[in-house]
Amino acid sequence: MAISFTLNGKSQSVDVSPDMPLLWVLRDTLNMTGTKFGCGMALCGACTVHINGEATRSCITPISSVAGKKVTTIEGLSAAGSHPVQRAGLEEDVPQCGYCQSGQIMSAVALLSKKPNPTDADIDDAMSGNICRCGTYQRIRKAIHRAASMAGKAHSAA
Amino acid sequence: MATVSVVNRRDFLKKGAAGGAALVIGFHLTSSAFGDQAKDQEEKTPNPFEAWVRITPDNRVTLILGKSEMGQGIMTALPMILADELCVDWKQVKVQQAPTNPKIYDLGTGGSGSVAGSWLPLRRAGAAAREMLVAAAAKQWEVSPDTCKAQDGRVIHGHPQRSVSYGELVEAASKLPIPNLNTVPLKNSDDFTVVGHDTRRFEGRDKATGGAKFGIDSRVPGMLFAVVARCPVFGGKLASFDATKAKAVPGVRDVIPFETSGRGASTTGGVAVLADNSWAAIQGRNALEVKWEEGPAAKESTAELQKQFLANAAKPGRVLRNEGDADSAFSSSPKKIEAVYELPFAPHACMEPMNCTVQIRPDGAEAWVPTQAPQWAQGVIAEASKLPPEKVIVHTTLMGGGFGRRYQADFVMEAAQVAAKIAGKPVMVLWTREDDMQHGFYRPASYHKMQGALDASGNLAAWKHFQSSTSIAAKWSEKGQDDPGLGEFGTGATIPYITPNLRLEYALAESSVPRAWWRSVEHSSSGFVVESFIDELAAAAGQDPLAFRLKLIGGDRKIPRFGEEKATPLDTARLKGVLQLAAEKAGWGKPLPKGVGRGIATFFSFNSYTAAVAEASVKDGAVKLHRLVYAVDCGRPINPDGIRAQVESAAIYGLSAALHDAITIKDGRVEQSNFHDYQMPRISETPKTEVHVVMSKEDPTGIGEPGLPVVAPAMCNAIFAATGKRVRRLPIRNEDLA
Repeated sequence: MAISFTLNGKSQSVDVSPDMPLLWVLRDTLNMTGTKFGCGMALCGACTVHINGEATRSCITPISSVAGKKVTTIEGLSAAGSHPVQRAGLEEDVPQCGYCQSGQIMSAVALLSKKPNPTDADIDDAMSGNICRCGTYQRIRKAIHRAASMAGKAHSAA
Repeated sequence: MATVSVVNRRDFLKKGAAGGAALVIGFHLTSSAFGDQAKDQEEKTPNPFEAWVRITPDNRVTLILGKSEMGQGIMTALPMILADELCVDWKQVKVQQAPTNPKIYDLGTGGSGSVAGSWLPLRRAGAAAREMLVAAAAKQWEVSPDTCKAQDGRVIHGHPQRSVSYGELVEAASKLPIPNLNTVPLKNSDDFTVVGHDTRRFEGRDKATGGAKFGIDSRVPGMLFAVVARCPVFGGKLASFDATKAKAVPGVRDVIPFETSGRGASTTGGVAVLADNSWAAIQGRNALEVKWEEGPAAKESTAELQKQFLANAAKPGRVLRNEGDADSAFSSSPKKIEAVYELPFAPHACMEPMNCTVQIRPDGAEAWVPTQAPQWAQGVIAEASKLPPEKVIVHTTLMGGGFGRRYQADFVMEAAQVAAKIAGKPVMVLWTREDDMQHGFYRPASYHKMQGALDASGNLAAWKHFQSSTSIAAKWSEKGQDDPGLGEFGTGATIPYITPNLRLEYALAESSVPRAWWRSVEHSSSGFVVESFIDELAAAAGQDPLAFRLKLIGGDRKIPRFGEEKATPLDTARLKGVLQLAAEKAGWGKPLPKGVGRGIATFFSFNSYTAAVAEASVKDGAVKLHRLVYAVDCGRPINPDGIRAQVESAAIYGLSAALHDAITIKDGRVEQSNFHDYQMPRISETPKTEVHVVMSKEDPTGIGEPGLPVVAPAMCNAIFAATGKRVRRLPIRNEDLA
């Protein structure tokens, strides 16, 4: 059965079992491996994508529920890593092993879209679903503040 | 570009292939082993342009990385060392993973040894390449090499002014004789332009854009995805299975039983469900009906292990170290304390679950492995495929955390055994989170009975440390259960605190649970125990914990490592240096808000010196770690920001061990399965962490692990300062705070 949705701005159609989680459709059917598998139970955040702009754990999202919606993955977030969250992350040298980073970035982008100037408590709330075993949390927090400030400057300059 | 040939070092690889026992023993995590590794690396003199440096005529420079990048930053630090000696602009540099070629590279990444072991060999390789390039230019210009200078990827001659790029020279240079690596002139350290400067991670951009490829991202045309049903009881065997329902799941292609064996295997094997995609394989396994022969380990449990510990502690252990008469000094001392410390099995919990992709054809095999030990991986694939190792190509990928778990070859053995049965098709065996949690090689569980006594002047009259644990060496040693246990103390056997009466005893606890190296290994337990107990003694003496430690460490001297005479001695000046620096930066002695306490800890491990001051409070029965101030001395810093990142990382890994990490056993199986019953620290728990790096001029030493041993004791010492409650077992439980 074909399921159609928009992926990173382009129309996409897949013929898979309707209960197949979006995570595996992305990784195995569409060969987009930027979104990661960490737990399969929405406990670690590695699989975070945006569906209609909302941060969503793709490992428990059946592909049938994505029909007609807009999906954004890490690959579609920006041209060549130019999103303020990605740039700030590189400036703060956030990633270590890097495996959790796609999910961290997608969660952070979703936070900033709702709260352009998040407090530390806002960051705690929005980001506590994303585990980092390498412990880059302090730098993630710093990068989010930095991205907020970069985006703020861009808006005021526009 | 010259091709690199792989030579079969039969002895080495045969041992590696046979379950890895000898290889693993050879890779004992002491500094002397890394000294040996560095020496071994130095004795190999391949052409540097074949082994370490690839320069194309358009002057693009690629540096070869002979270690695995697992987030610890060596994909940046090691090429920095090469680039500096080679005199190329860091921005010009690309990095490529070395092939698995034991003739040239001592692969095997662990023990915080990559920078320490590579420092001189890489400098020599870079210097040799530089000298050959200079010689080629000088020959071309018919001038003396002494009048030429290497800089930013060019050779420059002063009179008359001219320069030529490395790219134009490399063909001629690579044909020149290789300088003697022991005498090739190295740069003056004052002239370093790359080493010692904060440098952004080389592969950072790929990691921020989803472009970085981890092992689990490997894609080979025609590949199958497999998940394996394994006996949940340690050592259990497959009895029977019915694949009917599994094969009916759409996308499932085959169901194949297989075996793994030897000390390096985590299970006896299992049943692989192969499918077109990961999801179908997982669903197929869910539908598989399997019966297991559980075996004797089904009787094992954390409760039974506790009984072993208590029984062992009730009698004398094997004496490992004995100076003076600790028993008499203890009994006759007016001021003495006794305390029991306990630590559980701990999992690695890498964010990327274990996985390995293998393709075995009659003429050769290829594998894509997130591995810290590519040669061991090569060996087990060679054994499974019955091919000579030189016909097995192992591509080392990036990995989502290593921490020692990916040093193992169990997940490689599984993939190789499955691949050998599917007539040349490539297959990825991937592990779910449950598989990863329940089939690990855990940090051992341990039980420590400490006895300490003070004399009338408040000095340390006696120190007695009895330990019982499920030791690593007992699991891996060819001698089996006969492990004296010194390896379980690590540098905890060489305490820096002066005492005339010291005794170390050990008793082995038996267990079927697989154990191996976990970040900081035995120092994760001995750091907690030694630095908590010395704190208890400081309190008993009525002395400030920092002043007490400094007094007992005493004068500047080098303490030989007990039981490891060839190892680098403990330099008390450097230990006091980090203690004092951490205390100063943390504002030791300054007032704190009500309810907040300060604790301090210091440790020498992997030849590096770390100290940490923690600020913690307990509110509503929960611990909050507010701040962690570190001082670290790991010799000459290569990438100072990389060092800070590693210590920040170890801080969270240590926080996890203090608050959350516990693997418990019931009926011979791990009780935990995913991140709901095994918690990990979240961003909200992160303390404000500061890392002060000593700008030492000593040879570089490790930093991946040394940040960990001080976290739990500093934190628990802070809890004591805040509440008067002494925590002696990890993870910290609410009832211990009440």
